[in-house]
Amino acid sequence: MTEFLEMGGYARYVWSAFGLSLTVLVIMVYWTRRSLRVTRQRLARRQQSMQGVGG
Amino acid sequence: MWNWFYKLASPPHFYKTAGRLEPWLMWSAALLLVVGAYGGLVTAPPDYLQGEGFRIIYVHVPSAFLSMFAYMVMAVASAIGLIWRMKLAYCVAAAAAPAGAAFTFLALCTGAIWGQPMWGTWWEWDPRLTAELVLLFLFLGYIFLRDALRDTRQADRASAILAIVGVVNIPIIHYSVEWWNSIHQGPTLVKLETPSIAGDMLWPLLVMIAAYQLLFLGVLMTAIRTQVLEREKNARWVGDLLRG
Repeated sequence: MTEFLEMGGYARYVWSAFGLSLTVLVIMVYWTRRSLRVTRQRLARRQQSMQGVGG
Repeated sequence: MWNWFYKLASPPHFYKTAGRLEPWLMWSAALLLVVGAYGGLVTAPPDYLQGEGFRIIYVHVPSAFLSMFAYMVMAVASAIGLIWRMKLAYCVAAAAAPAGAAFTFLALCTGAIWGQPMWGTWWEWDPRLTAELVLLFLFLGYIFLRDALRDTRQADRASAILAIVGVVNIPIIHYSVEWWNSIHQGPTLVKLETPSIAGDMLWPLLVMIAAYQLLFLGVLMTAIRTQVLEREKNARWVGDLLRG
């Protein structure tokens, strides 16, 4: 196991490349889903306020 | 066949279909990511030249490939939008840009992390590296241009022209290692002879590329839905959707 983690002396390069990739991909998925949710909420509020004005 | 196409291209129908498709794309991407990472980190043998350090290829090549793929999606969708004045095509183009920028960023960073132990430098003004950096600026320029133009139609057209002009950069990235004397190693997969990589090293790479591809499509579905909602906010179906 230790040998696996050491990556033949390349540990900090291999693990930082994999770690950074995972982090950026997770942020990308989270951010994309969040902006859909935020847009839906904003448009729903907009619709409610427009109905309020229109009667 | 055309009937099906027209139906899919209608915003409310696409909005529903994309929402149903997204979880399938994401789960299959996650599954392939686990399989590919296991293959790349555990079962693939160390490289005879680069030892265990070569394993960075399993995150570097997929992000570099997807950076170009996302750009082509953005450019082709932009062209379709310009030619056929199709709103959904502009939605696809605008949705592809942030993901494309993320993949380009990853390609540059993982490349730098790989370059340090193998070339002794994080960065070199090498043709391929420079062209990939230009790709990042094209994505960012596209995003900022859309952001700066408040009129949607104007933003669609101006950003589409930028995307189409920038396509010239894609073959430069791809062929740079053959046209110029580059520090970057030659192609691993795409060439006329058989790939210059052994089978047990190759399959995890192909699995990782497929995983990134599926992840991109999944993200694209959600991003297109956001674009569609924003553009159709005054349409009746959006009103019904938000009430329901």
